[in-house]
Amino acid sequence: MHRTATSLIALTFGAALAGAVAADPVEDTLVIEAEDGTVEMVTTAPAPDFLKAVTDTIYSGWHYREAETRDLERDDFDNPGMVYVDRGLDLWNSAIGKGGESCAGCHEGPESMAGLRAVTPRVDEKTGALMTVENYIDACVTERMGLESWNWTGNEMKDMLALISMQSRGMAVDIAIDGAAAPFWEEGKELYYTRFGQLEMSCANCHEDNQGKYIRADHLSQGQINGFPTYRLKDAGIVSAQQRFVGCVRDTRAETFKPNSDEFKALELFVASRGNGLSVEGVSVRH
Amino acid sequence: MKRKLCLVVAVGASLATPALTEVAPSEVYFAEGKVETSLTGMQGDAANGVKVMTTAGLGNCVACHTIAALPDVQFPGDIAPPLDGVADRWTEAELRGIVANAKMTFEGSFMPAFYKTEGFIRPGGGYTGKAPEGDLPPILTGQEIEDVVAFLLTLKE
Ligand code: HEC
Ligand code: HEC
Repeated sequence: MHRTATSLIALTFGAALAGAVAADPVEDTLVIEAEDGTVEMVTTAPAPDFLKAVTDTIYSGWHYREAETRDLERDDFDNPGMVYVDRGLDLWNSAIGKGGESCAGCHEGPESMAGLRAVTPRVDEKTGALMTVENYIDACVTERMGLESWNWTGNEMKDMLALISMQSRGMAVDIAIDGAAAPFWEEGKELYYTRFGQLEMSCANCHEDNQGKYIRADHLSQGQINGFPTYRLKDAGIVSAQQRFVGCVRDTRAETFKPNSDEFKALELFVASRGNGLSVEGVSVRH
Repeated sequence: MKRKLCLVVAVGASLATPALTEVAPSEVYFAEGKVETSLTGMQGDAANGVKVMTTAGLGNCVACHTIAALPDVQFPGDIAPPLDGVADRWTEAELRGIVANAKMTFEGSFMPAFYKTEGFIRPGGGYTGKAPEGDLPPILTGQEIEDVVAFLLTLKE
Protein backbone atom coordinates (compact mmCIF):
# COMPACT_ATOMS: atom_id res chain seq x y z
CA MET A 1 0.00 0.00 0.00
CA HIS A 2 2.68 2.38 1.14
CA ARG A 3 4.70 1.41 -1.89
CA THR A 4 1.93 2.05 -4.37
CA ALA A 5 1.28 5.46 -2.91
CA THR A 6 4.89 6.62 -3.04
CA SER A 7 5.54 5.29 -6.50
CA LEU A 8 2.39 6.95 -7.75
CA ILE A 9 3.60 10.26 -6.43
CA ALA A 10 6.98 9.66 -7.98
CA LEU A 11 5.33 8.82 -11.26
CA THR A 12 3.12 11.89 -11.38
CA PHE A 13 6.10 14.01 -10.49
CA GLY A 14 8.15 12.32 -13.20
CA ALA A 15 5.41 12.79 -15.76
CA ALA A 16 5.07 16.48 -14.90
CA LEU A 17 8.80 16.99 -15.26
CA ALA A 18 8.93 15.08 -18.48
CA GLY A 19 6.08 17.15 -19.85
CA ALA A 20 8.07 20.28 -19.20
CA VAL A 21 11.17 19.21 -21.11
CA ALA A 22 9.76 16.88 -23.73
CA ALA A 23 9.31 18.55 -27.05
CA ASP A 24 6.14 16.88 -28.23
CA PRO A 25 5.62 16.80 -32.00
CA VAL A 26 6.51 20.32 -33.17
CA GLU A 27 3.87 22.42 -34.87
CA ASP A 28 4.97 22.97 -38.42
CA THR A 29 3.71 22.42 -41.94
CA LEU A 30 5.45 20.69 -44.79
CA VAL A 31 5.22 22.11 -48.28
CA ILE A 32 7.77 20.60 -50.61
CA GLU A 33 9.43 22.55 -53.43
CA ALA A 34 9.60 20.12 -56.30
CA GLU A 35 10.91 20.55 -59.83
CA ASP A 36 7.40 21.05 -61.18
CA GLY A 37 5.81 23.12 -58.41
CA THR A 38 4.95 22.64 -54.77
CA VAL A 39 3.43 19.64 -53.01
CA GLU A 40 1.42 20.20 -49.82
CA MET A 41 1.80 17.36 -47.38
CA VAL A 42 -0.58 16.15 -44.71
CA THR A 43 1.72 15.35 -41.79
CA THR A 44 -0.93 15.52 -39.03
CA ALA A 45 -4.27 13.78 -39.34
CA PRO A 46 -7.14 12.44 -37.24
CA ALA A 47 -6.32 8.92 -36.03
CA PRO A 48 -7.98 6.04 -37.86
CA ASP A 49 -10.94 4.62 -35.92
CA PHE A 50 -9.08 1.61 -34.57
CA LEU A 51 -6.53 3.92 -32.93
CA LYS A 52 -9.02 6.33 -31.36
CA ALA A 53 -8.67 4.71 -27.93
CA VAL A 54 -4.91 5.32 -28.09
CA THR A 55 -4.63 8.74 -29.67
CA ASP A 56 -6.76 11.38 -31.42
CA THR A 57 -4.08 12.47 -33.80
CA ILE A 58 -1.43 10.80 -35.88
CA TYR A 59 1.82 12.52 -36.79
CA SER A 60 4.43 11.86 -39.40
CA GLY A 61 7.86 11.20 -37.89
CA TRP A 62 8.83 14.49 -39.60
CA HIS A 63 7.29 16.40 -36.65
CA TYR A 64 9.74 14.83 -34.21
CA ARG A 65 12.95 15.77 -35.98
CA GLU A 66 15.01 18.92 -35.45
CA ALA A 67 14.53 21.97 -37.65
CA GLU A 68 17.61 21.22 -39.79
CA THR A 69 16.41 17.72 -40.58
CA ARG A 70 12.86 18.94 -41.29
CA ASP A 71 14.21 21.61 -43.63
CA LEU A 72 16.05 19.06 -45.77
CA GLU A 73 12.71 17.61 -46.77
CA ARG A 74 11.21 20.94 -47.84
CA ASP A 75 13.12 21.15 -51.09
CA ASP A 76 13.99 18.33 -53.47
CA PHE A 77 17.33 20.01 -54.16
CA ASP A 78 18.27 19.56 -50.51
CA ASN A 79 16.78 16.10 -50.02
CA PRO A 80 19.68 13.62 -50.30
CA GLY A 81 17.17 10.86 -51.06
CA MET A 82 16.53 12.28 -54.54
CA VAL A 83 19.86 10.90 -55.75
CA TYR A 84 18.46 7.41 -55.20
CA VAL A 85 15.24 8.27 -56.98
CA ASP A 86 17.34 9.34 -59.99
CA ARG A 87 19.29 6.11 -59.82
CA GLY A 88 15.98 4.26 -59.69
CA LEU A 89 14.87 6.03 -62.86
CA ASP A 90 18.03 4.97 -64.69
CA LEU A 91 17.39 1.40 -63.61
CA TRP A 92 13.75 1.67 -64.68
CA ASN A 93 14.83 2.59 -68.20
CA SER A 94 17.65 0.05 -68.51
CA ALA A 95 17.29 -3.11 -70.56
CA ILE A 96 18.39 -5.31 -67.69
CA GLY A 97 16.14 -8.34 -68.32
CA LYS A 98 17.44 -11.65 -69.65
CA GLY A 99 15.70 -10.93 -72.91
CA GLY A 100 16.54 -7.22 -72.86
CA GLU A 101 13.36 -6.24 -71.04
CA SER A 102 13.15 -2.99 -69.07
CA CYS A 103 10.53 -1.78 -66.60
CA ALA A 104 9.76 1.05 -69.03
CA GLY A 105 9.13 -1.45 -71.83
CA CYS A 106 6.10 -2.87 -69.99
CA HIS A 107 4.99 0.05 -67.83
CA GLU A 108 6.05 3.17 -69.81
CA GLY A 109 6.91 6.01 -67.40
CA PRO A 110 7.24 5.54 -63.63
CA GLU A 111 4.08 7.71 -63.26
CA SER A 112 2.20 4.54 -64.13
CA MET A 113 3.02 3.44 -60.56
CA ALA A 114 1.21 6.43 -58.99
CA GLY A 115 -0.95 5.30 -56.06
CA LEU A 116 0.73 1.96 -55.43
CA ARG A 117 2.77 3.06 -52.41
CA ALA A 118 -0.37 4.54 -50.79
CA VAL A 119 -2.20 1.20 -50.73
CA THR A 120 0.60 -1.29 -50.03
CA PRO A 121 1.07 -3.63 -48.28
CA ARG A 122 -2.12 -5.11 -49.72
CA VAL A 123 -3.50 -8.52 -50.51
CA ASP A 124 -3.20 -9.21 -54.22
CA GLU A 125 -6.63 -10.01 -55.61
CA LYS A 126 -5.44 -12.69 -57.99
CA THR A 127 -3.02 -14.61 -55.77
CA GLY A 128 -4.27 -13.82 -52.26
CA ALA A 129 -0.67 -13.10 -51.27
CA LEU A 130 0.27 -10.14 -49.09
CA MET A 131 2.31 -7.81 -51.31
CA THR A 132 4.67 -4.98 -50.44
CA VAL A 133 6.08 -2.70 -53.14
CA GLU A 134 9.22 -4.82 -52.92
CA ASN A 135 7.19 -7.99 -53.57
CA TYR A 136 5.77 -6.45 -56.75
CA ILE A 137 9.24 -5.41 -57.86
CA ASP A 138 10.56 -8.89 -57.12
CA ALA A 139 7.76 -10.52 -59.12
CA CYS A 140 8.75 -8.51 -62.21
CA VAL A 141 12.45 -9.05 -61.71
CA THR A 142 12.19 -12.82 -61.35
CA GLU A 143 9.10 -13.81 -63.35
CA ARG A 144 9.08 -11.28 -66.18
CA MET A 145 12.75 -10.41 -66.56
CA GLY A 146 14.24 -13.82 -65.80
CA LEU A 147 16.67 -12.48 -63.20
CA GLU A 148 17.69 -13.63 -59.75
CA SER A 149 15.87 -11.86 -56.91
CA TRP A 150 17.49 -8.62 -55.89
CA ASN A 151 18.80 -8.45 -52.36
CA TRP A 152 15.82 -7.27 -50.31
CA THR A 153 17.64 -4.33 -48.81
CA GLY A 154 20.26 -3.92 -51.55
CA ASN A 155 20.82 -0.88 -53.76
CA GLU A 156 18.75 -1.94 -56.76
CA MET A 157 15.73 -2.81 -54.65
CA LYS A 158 15.88 0.39 -52.63
CA ASP A 159 16.53 2.66 -55.61
CA MET A 160 13.47 1.19 -57.32
CA LEU A 161 11.44 1.43 -54.11
CA ALA A 162 12.40 5.11 -53.81
CA LEU A 163 11.38 5.83 -57.42
CA ILE A 164 8.03 4.04 -57.12
CA SER A 165 7.21 5.57 -53.73
CA MET A 166 7.85 9.05 -55.13
CA GLN A 167 5.07 8.56 -57.65
CA SER A 168 2.55 8.54 -54.76
CA ARG A 169 4.00 11.55 -52.98
CA GLY A 170 1.25 13.70 -51.45
CA MET A 171 -1.41 11.00 -51.77
CA ALA A 172 -3.12 9.86 -48.60
CA VAL A 173 -2.05 6.52 -47.14
CA ASP A 174 -5.07 4.26 -47.61
CA ILE A 175 -4.38 0.74 -46.43
CA ALA A 176 -7.21 -1.79 -46.46
CA ILE A 177 -7.46 -3.63 -43.17
CA ASP A 178 -10.65 -5.62 -43.67
CA GLY A 179 -11.64 -8.48 -45.97
CA ALA A 180 -8.70 -10.51 -47.20
CA ALA A 181 -6.28 -8.20 -45.36
CA ALA A 182 -7.86 -8.82 -41.95
CA PRO A 183 -5.94 -11.95 -40.90
CA PHE A 184 -2.60 -10.37 -41.89
CA TRP A 185 -3.55 -7.18 -40.09
CA GLU A 186 -4.40 -9.12 -36.92
CA GLU A 187 -1.06 -10.91 -37.10
CA GLY A 188 0.75 -7.59 -37.48
CA LYS A 189 -1.17 -6.12 -34.57
CA GLU A 190 -0.23 -9.08 -32.39
CA LEU A 191 3.46 -8.51 -33.21
CA TYR A 192 3.16 -4.77 -32.54
CA TYR A 193 2.07 -5.43 -28.97
CA THR A 194 4.47 -8.32 -28.24
CA ARG A 195 7.24 -7.50 -25.81
CA PHE A 196 10.30 -8.94 -27.56
CA GLY A 197 13.84 -9.57 -26.44
CA GLN A 198 15.73 -9.44 -23.20
CA LEU A 199 14.53 -5.86 -22.70
CA GLU A 200 10.91 -7.05 -23.11
CA MET A 201 9.77 -4.11 -25.20
CA SER A 202 7.03 -3.90 -27.79
CA CYS A 203 6.66 -1.38 -30.59
CA ALA A 204 3.77 0.08 -28.60
CA ASN A 205 5.91 0.55 -25.47
CA CYS A 206 8.06 3.03 -27.35
CA HIS A 207 5.81 4.45 -30.08
CA GLU A 208 2.44 4.54 -28.28
CA ASP A 209 3.17 4.80 -24.57
CA ASN A 210 6.21 7.05 -24.83
CA GLN A 211 5.94 8.99 -28.08
CA GLY A 212 7.07 12.57 -27.57
CA LYS A 213 9.53 11.59 -24.86
CA TYR A 214 13.25 11.07 -25.08
CA ILE A 215 14.96 7.69 -24.76
CA ARG A 216 18.48 8.96 -24.20
CA ALA A 217 18.99 11.44 -27.06
CA ASP A 218 16.31 9.96 -29.31
CA HIS A 219 12.98 11.75 -29.59
CA LEU A 220 10.36 9.02 -29.83
CA SER A 221 7.86 9.43 -32.67
CA GLN A 222 4.77 7.37 -33.35
CA GLY A 223 6.89 5.10 -35.54
CA GLN A 224 4.87 5.89 -38.68
CA ILE A 225 6.04 4.64 -42.05
CA ASN A 226 4.23 7.07 -44.36
CA GLY A 227 7.65 8.65 -44.92
CA PHE A 228 9.34 5.41 -45.98
CA PRO A 229 11.63 4.72 -47.61
CA THR A 230 13.52 7.46 -45.85
CA TYR A 231 16.95 8.96 -46.34
CA ARG A 232 18.51 8.40 -42.94
CA LEU A 233 21.30 10.83 -42.13
CA LYS A 234 22.79 8.41 -39.56
CA ASP A 235 23.12 5.70 -42.21
CA ALA A 236 23.84 8.08 -45.11
CA GLY A 237 21.49 6.03 -47.25
CA ILE A 238 17.97 4.89 -48.00
CA VAL A 239 16.22 2.77 -45.36
CA SER A 240 13.09 0.74 -46.05
CA ALA A 241 10.33 0.26 -43.47
CA GLN A 242 11.25 -3.34 -42.73
CA GLN A 243 14.91 -2.39 -42.45
CA ARG A 244 13.87 0.10 -39.76
CA PHE A 245 11.92 -2.64 -37.99
CA VAL A 246 15.10 -4.75 -37.90
CA GLY A 247 16.90 -1.93 -36.09
CA CYS A 248 14.13 -1.36 -33.57
CA VAL A 249 13.73 -5.06 -32.73
CA ARG A 250 17.51 -5.47 -32.42
CA ASP A 251 17.51 -2.60 -29.93
CA THR A 252 15.31 -4.65 -27.60
CA ARG A 253 18.08 -7.27 -27.39
CA ALA A 254 15.97 -9.59 -29.47
CA GLU A 255 16.57 -11.95 -32.35
CA THR A 256 15.03 -9.98 -35.21
CA PHE A 257 12.90 -11.18 -38.10
CA LYS A 258 14.24 -10.81 -41.62
CA PRO A 259 13.04 -8.29 -44.20
CA ASN A 260 10.33 -9.98 -46.31
CA SER A 261 9.58 -12.53 -43.59
CA ASP A 262 5.86 -13.23 -43.13
CA GLU A 263 6.12 -11.55 -39.74
CA PHE A 264 7.59 -8.28 -40.97
CA LYS A 265 5.21 -8.14 -43.94
CA ALA A 266 2.23 -8.43 -41.60
CA LEU A 267 3.81 -5.89 -39.27
CA GLU A 268 4.34 -3.51 -42.18
CA LEU A 269 0.67 -3.80 -43.09
CA PHE A 270 -0.39 -3.02 -39.53
CA VAL A 271 2.06 -0.14 -39.04
CA ALA A 272 1.19 1.35 -42.45
CA SER A 273 -2.50 1.30 -41.57
CA ARG A 274 -1.79 3.32 -38.43
CA GLY A 275 -0.85 6.11 -40.83
CA ASN A 276 -4.05 6.04 -42.89
CA GLY A 277 -4.75 9.68 -43.77
CA LEU A 278 -1.16 10.95 -43.68
CA SER A 279 0.55 11.80 -46.97
CA VAL A 280 2.97 9.42 -48.57
CA GLU A 281 6.22 11.39 -48.35
CA GLY A 282 7.94 9.54 -51.16
CA VAL A 283 11.44 9.74 -49.87
CA SER A 284 11.54 11.54 -46.52
CA VAL A 285 14.54 12.65 -44.50
CA ARG A 286 15.15 11.45 -40.95
CA HIS A 287 18.17 11.08 -38.77
CA MET B 1 44.83 -38.46 -6.48
CA LYS B 2 41.71 -37.59 -4.60
CA ARG B 3 43.03 -34.20 -3.59
CA LYS B 4 44.05 -33.37 -7.13
CA LEU B 5 40.56 -34.08 -8.36
CA CYS B 6 39.04 -31.75 -5.79
CA LEU B 7 41.37 -29.02 -6.89
CA VAL B 8 40.35 -29.40 -10.52
CA VAL B 9 36.68 -29.20 -9.60
CA ALA B 10 37.23 -26.10 -7.51
CA VAL B 11 39.12 -24.33 -10.30
CA GLY B 12 36.45 -25.25 -12.80
CA ALA B 13 33.69 -23.87 -10.61
CA SER B 14 35.44 -20.59 -9.96
CA LEU B 15 35.98 -20.10 -13.68
CA ALA B 16 32.31 -20.62 -14.45
CA THR B 17 31.02 -18.23 -11.78
CA PRO B 18 33.25 -15.28 -11.01
CA ALA B 19 31.89 -14.84 -7.46
CA LEU B 20 31.42 -18.24 -5.88
CA THR B 21 28.57 -17.02 -3.73
CA GLU B 22 26.68 -15.18 -6.47
CA VAL B 23 22.99 -16.06 -6.43
CA ALA B 24 21.94 -17.19 -9.92
CA PRO B 25 19.21 -15.03 -11.53
CA SER B 26 16.67 -17.85 -11.41
CA GLU B 27 17.39 -18.38 -7.68
CA VAL B 28 16.77 -14.83 -6.51
CA TYR B 29 13.97 -14.67 -3.95
CA PHE B 30 11.64 -11.68 -4.23
CA ALA B 31 9.50 -10.95 -1.17
CA GLU B 32 6.85 -8.56 -2.54
CA GLY B 33 9.49 -7.14 -4.83
CA LYS B 34 12.18 -6.93 -2.17
CA VAL B 35 15.50 -8.78 -2.29
CA GLU B 36 16.92 -8.74 1.21
CA THR B 37 20.52 -9.88 0.85
CA SER B 38 23.37 -8.97 -1.43
CA LEU B 39 23.42 -11.08 -4.60
CA THR B 40 27.14 -11.66 -4.13
CA GLY B 41 27.46 -11.41 -0.37
CA MET B 42 29.65 -8.39 -1.00
CA GLN B 43 29.19 -4.64 -0.64
CA GLY B 44 28.60 -2.66 -3.79
CA ASP B 45 31.02 -0.08 -5.17
CA ALA B 46 29.04 3.11 -5.77
CA ALA B 47 31.63 4.57 -8.17
CA ASN B 48 31.38 1.56 -10.43
CA GLY B 49 27.60 1.78 -10.05
CA VAL B 50 27.73 5.19 -11.73
CA LYS B 51 29.67 3.69 -14.61
CA VAL B 52 27.15 0.86 -14.99
CA MET B 53 24.24 3.28 -14.93
CA THR B 54 25.63 5.63 -17.54
CA THR B 55 27.23 3.19 -20.00
CA ALA B 56 25.06 2.29 -23.00
CA GLY B 57 26.21 -1.34 -23.18
CA LEU B 58 25.62 -1.91 -19.44
CA GLY B 59 22.72 -0.54 -17.38
CA ASN B 60 22.12 2.62 -19.39
CA CYS B 61 19.63 3.73 -16.75
CA VAL B 62 20.02 7.29 -18.02
CA ALA B 63 18.32 6.23 -21.26
CA CYS B 64 15.10 6.62 -19.28
CA HIS B 65 15.94 8.32 -15.95
CA THR B 66 17.44 11.70 -15.10
CA ILE B 67 19.79 11.97 -12.09
CA ALA B 68 20.54 15.46 -10.80
CA ALA B 69 23.60 14.15 -8.94
CA LEU B 70 25.17 13.27 -12.31
CA PRO B 71 25.05 16.58 -14.20
CA ASP B 72 27.70 15.49 -16.72
CA VAL B 73 25.55 12.80 -18.31
CA GLN B 74 24.68 13.96 -21.82
CA PHE B 75 21.10 13.68 -23.08
CA PRO B 76 19.49 11.64 -20.32
CA GLY B 77 16.04 10.35 -21.27
CA ASP B 78 12.83 11.49 -19.59
CA ILE B 79 10.68 8.39 -19.85
CA ALA B 80 10.89 7.31 -16.21
CA PRO B 81 10.77 9.12 -12.84
CA PRO B 82 13.92 11.06 -11.90
CA LEU B 83 16.06 9.01 -9.53
CA ASP B 84 16.76 11.94 -7.19
CA GLY B 85 15.89 10.97 -3.64
CA VAL B 86 15.20 7.29 -4.36
CA ALA B 87 16.98 6.31 -1.15
CA ASP B 88 14.37 8.29 0.80
CA ARG B 89 11.55 6.52 -0.96
CA TRP B 90 12.86 2.94 -1.01
CA THR B 91 14.88 0.65 1.25
CA GLU B 92 18.02 -1.14 0.12
CA ALA B 93 16.07 -4.41 -0.28
CA GLU B 94 13.43 -2.66 -2.37
CA LEU B 95 16.02 -0.98 -4.58
CA ARG B 96 17.86 -4.27 -5.13
CA GLY B 97 14.57 -5.85 -6.16
CA ILE B 98 13.72 -3.00 -8.54
CA VAL B 99 17.10 -3.14 -10.28
CA ALA B 100 17.15 -6.95 -10.47
CA ASN B 101 13.59 -7.20 -11.82
CA ALA B 102 11.41 -4.10 -11.69
CA LYS B 103 8.39 -6.09 -12.84
CA MET B 104 8.23 -7.68 -9.39
CA THR B 105 7.53 -4.22 -7.95
CA PHE B 106 5.76 -2.48 -10.82
CA GLU B 107 3.53 -4.88 -12.69
CA GLY B 108 4.08 -4.75 -16.44
CA SER B 109 6.79 -2.10 -16.05
CA PHE B 110 8.58 -0.72 -19.09
CA MET B 111 11.80 -0.96 -17.08
CA PRO B 112 13.91 -3.94 -18.20
CA ALA B 113 14.80 -6.70 -15.73
CA PHE B 114 18.56 -6.51 -15.35
CA TYR B 115 19.06 -9.81 -13.51
CA LYS B 116 16.89 -12.26 -15.36
CA THR B 117 17.77 -14.95 -17.91
CA GLU B 118 14.53 -16.78 -18.70
CA GLY B 119 11.03 -16.21 -19.96
CA PHE B 120 11.84 -13.90 -22.90
CA ILE B 121 10.30 -13.93 -26.37
CA ARG B 122 13.02 -14.25 -29.02
CA PRO B 123 15.91 -13.09 -26.85
CA GLY B 124 18.99 -12.03 -28.79
CA GLY B 125 22.69 -12.16 -28.06
CA GLY B 126 23.15 -8.61 -26.81
CA TYR B 127 22.42 -6.11 -29.57
CA THR B 128 23.47 -8.38 -32.44
CA GLY B 129 19.92 -9.10 -33.62
CA LYS B 130 20.89 -12.78 -33.66
CA ALA B 131 19.96 -15.62 -31.34
CA PRO B 132 22.33 -15.88 -28.38
CA GLU B 133 25.18 -18.37 -28.58
CA GLY B 134 24.97 -20.56 -25.52
CA ASP B 135 23.26 -19.54 -22.30
CA LEU B 136 21.79 -16.08 -22.08
CA PRO B 137 23.63 -14.06 -19.43
CA PRO B 138 21.72 -11.47 -17.38
CA ILE B 139 22.18 -7.89 -18.62
CA LEU B 140 24.15 -7.05 -15.46
CA THR B 141 26.18 -9.34 -13.19
CA GLY B 142 25.23 -9.74 -9.55
CA GLN B 143 28.10 -7.50 -8.53
CA GLU B 144 27.09 -4.81 -11.02
CA ILE B 145 23.58 -4.87 -9.51
CA GLU B 146 25.14 -4.41 -6.06
CA ASP B 147 27.27 -1.53 -7.36
CA VAL B 148 24.19 0.19 -8.78
CA VAL B 149 22.28 -0.30 -5.52
CA ALA B 150 25.23 1.18 -3.60
CA PHE B 151 25.05 4.32 -5.72
CA LEU B 152 21.25 4.54 -5.53
CA LEU B 153 21.55 4.48 -1.72
CA THR B 154 23.50 7.76 -1.91
CA LEU B 155 20.59 9.51 -3.67
CA LYS B 156 19.01 11.26 -0.69
CA GLU B 157 17.24 14.57 -0.88
C1 HEC C 1 13.42 0.66 -27.30
C2 HEC C 1 12.52 1.55 -27.95
C3 HEC C 1 11.90 1.17 -29.28
C4 HEC C 1 11.17 0.05 -29.61
C5 HEC C 1 10.80 -1.11 -28.71
C6 HEC C 1 10.80 0.21 -31.00
N1 HEC C 1 11.30 1.36 -31.50
FE1 HEC C 1 10.94 2.15 -33.35
N2 HEC C 1 12.17 3.73 -32.93
C7 HEC C 1 12.81 3.94 -31.72
C8 HEC C 1 13.60 5.16 -31.81
C9 HEC C 1 14.45 5.74 -30.68
C10 HEC C 1 13.41 5.66 -33.11
C11 HEC C 1 14.02 6.94 -33.70
C12 HEC C 1 13.18 8.11 -33.30
C13 HEC C 1 11.77 8.02 -33.85
O1 HEC C 1 11.54 8.30 -35.02
O2 HEC C 1 10.86 7.59 -33.09
C14 HEC C 1 12.50 4.75 -33.78
C15 HEC C 1 12.04 4.92 -35.08
C16 HEC C 1 11.11 4.10 -35.70
C17 HEC C 1 10.58 4.33 -37.02
C18 HEC C 1 10.96 5.50 -37.94
C19 HEC C 1 9.96 6.61 -37.85
C20 HEC C 1 10.36 7.78 -38.72
O3 HEC C 1 9.49 8.57 -39.08
O4 HEC C 1 11.53 7.92 -39.04
C21 HEC C 1 9.70 3.33 -37.28
C22 HEC C 1 8.89 3.14 -38.55
C23 HEC C 1 9.68 2.47 -36.11
N3 HEC C 1 10.55 2.97 -35.17
C24 HEC C 1 8.89 1.33 -35.99
C25 HEC C 1 8.99 0.44 -34.92
C26 HEC C 1 8.32 -0.85 -34.87
C27 HEC C 1 7.40 -1.37 -35.94
C28 HEC C 1 8.69 -1.45 -33.70
C29 HEC C 1 8.41 -2.83 -33.21
C30 HEC C 1 8.74 -3.91 -34.05
C31 HEC C 1 9.54 -0.51 -33.00
N4 HEC C 1 9.70 0.60 -33.77
C32 HEC C 1 10.05 -0.72 -31.71
C33 HEC C 1 12.71 3.16 -30.59
C34 HEC C 1 12.01 1.98 -30.49
C1 HEC D 1 13.54 1.62 -20.61
C2 HEC D 1 13.30 2.43 -19.48
C3 HEC D 1 14.04 2.24 -18.18
C4 HEC D 1 15.36 1.89 -17.95
C5 HEC D 1 16.46 1.63 -18.99
C6 HEC D 1 15.55 1.89 -16.54
N1 HEC D 1 14.38 2.20 -15.91
FE1 HEC D 1 14.09 2.42 -13.88
N2 HEC D 1 12.11 2.82 -14.19
C7 HEC D 1 11.49 2.90 -15.41
C8 HEC D 1 10.08 3.22 -15.21
C9 HEC D 1 9.07 3.42 -16.32
C10 HEC D 1 9.88 3.32 -13.82
C11 HEC D 1 8.59 3.65 -13.05
C12 HEC D 1 7.91 2.42 -12.54
C13 HEC D 1 6.92 1.92 -13.55
O1 HEC D 1 5.96 2.65 -13.83
O2 HEC D 1 7.07 0.85 -14.07
C14 HEC D 1 11.17 3.05 -13.21
C15 HEC D 1 11.40 3.10 -11.82
C16 HEC D 1 12.64 2.99 -11.23
C17 HEC D 1 12.89 3.16 -9.81
C18 HEC D 1 11.86 3.59 -8.77
C19 HEC D 1 11.84 5.11 -8.86
C20 HEC D 1 10.96 5.80 -7.86
O3 HEC D 1 11.28 6.92 -7.53
O4 HEC D 1 9.97 5.23 -7.45
C21 HEC D 1 14.24 2.98 -9.62
C22 HEC D 1 14.99 3.07 -8.31
C23 HEC D 1 14.81 2.69 -10.91
N3 HEC D 1 13.83 2.70 -11.85
C24 HEC D 1 16.17 2.44 -11.14
C25 HEC D 1 16.73 2.12 -12.38
C26 HEC D 1 18.11 1.73 -12.57
C27 HEC D 1 19.14 1.69 -11.47
C28 HEC D 1 18.26 1.44 -13.89
C29 HEC D 1 19.46 0.89 -14.65
C30 HEC D 1 20.24 -0.15 -14.05
C31 HEC D 1 17.01 1.71 -14.54
N4 HEC D 1 16.09 2.11 -13.58
C32 HEC D 1 16.76 1.59 -15.90
C33 HEC D 1 12.09 2.75 -16.65
C34 HEC D 1 13.43 2.41 -16.87
